[in-house]
Amino acid sequence: MARIVVSEADFDVGAEIAALTAGRTDIGGIGCFIGTVRDNAPGTPDVTALTLEHYPAMTERALASIVALAENRWPLLGCTVIHRVGRMLPGENIVLVIAASAHRQAALDATAFLIDWLKTKAPFWKREDLASGEQVWVEARETDDAAAERWQER
Amino acid sequence: MITILYFAWLRERTGLSEEKFLLAAGTVTVADLVDILAVRHVSAFQARRAIRCAVNQEFADPSTVLNAGDEVAFFPPVTGG
Repeated sequence: MARIVVSEADFDVGAEIAALTAGRTDIGGIGCFIGTVRDNAPGTPDVTALTLEHYPAMTERALASIVALAENRWPLLGCTVIHRVGRMLPGENIVLVIAASAHRQAALDATAFLIDWLKTKAPFWKREDLASGEQVWVEARETDDAAAERWQER
Repeated sequence: MITILYFAWLRERTGLSEEKFLLAAGTVTVADLVDILAVRHVSAFQARRAIRCAVNQEFADPSTVLNAGDEVAFFPPVTGG
């Protein structure tokens, strides 16, 4: 049973891991990815804030289908995906992915898969506020597509 | 009637987050709809290859056929995570 949350509120990584593992003795490995707001994108001036827009009716559905793909592919014993929306400052958390399994390889691979797929398949858009006062929409990166592509079943 | 939603810079360039659209009789695809909207919202639909579409909250192709009651969303490639 996965926990999927889309919210303006920050998350507590330790509390999320504790909740996922509470009372469990079958979990042998936990993979965790935390995405945070960076103040400096390559080639652009300093970022003073980041605003995450999303498509509410589609977001949780898209995340649930991404999690379902991971659950079909790896023997997961627990999974948490939390994505924040709204305005965030540099250093703040944006996204949390936790995948637990009996062994490390499944936990680590599922974590990487979840964040790679989420970046290219879930309807979120980032807009940066720059020190100059400009607001710019972050452009999708081909490297993100390539990262998702490597998980295609061969 | 269908509902059209715009997100990110498509929302800004159309000046709309939502509009209603009456489908013409016959088969209308996402590509047909984009042709019509590109006349109405010239700057928003200029970079057509940079626009993605979802129909009823699922990613759609230009060839996806639209039906009355559909929710059609246009947005740039996603940049979450």
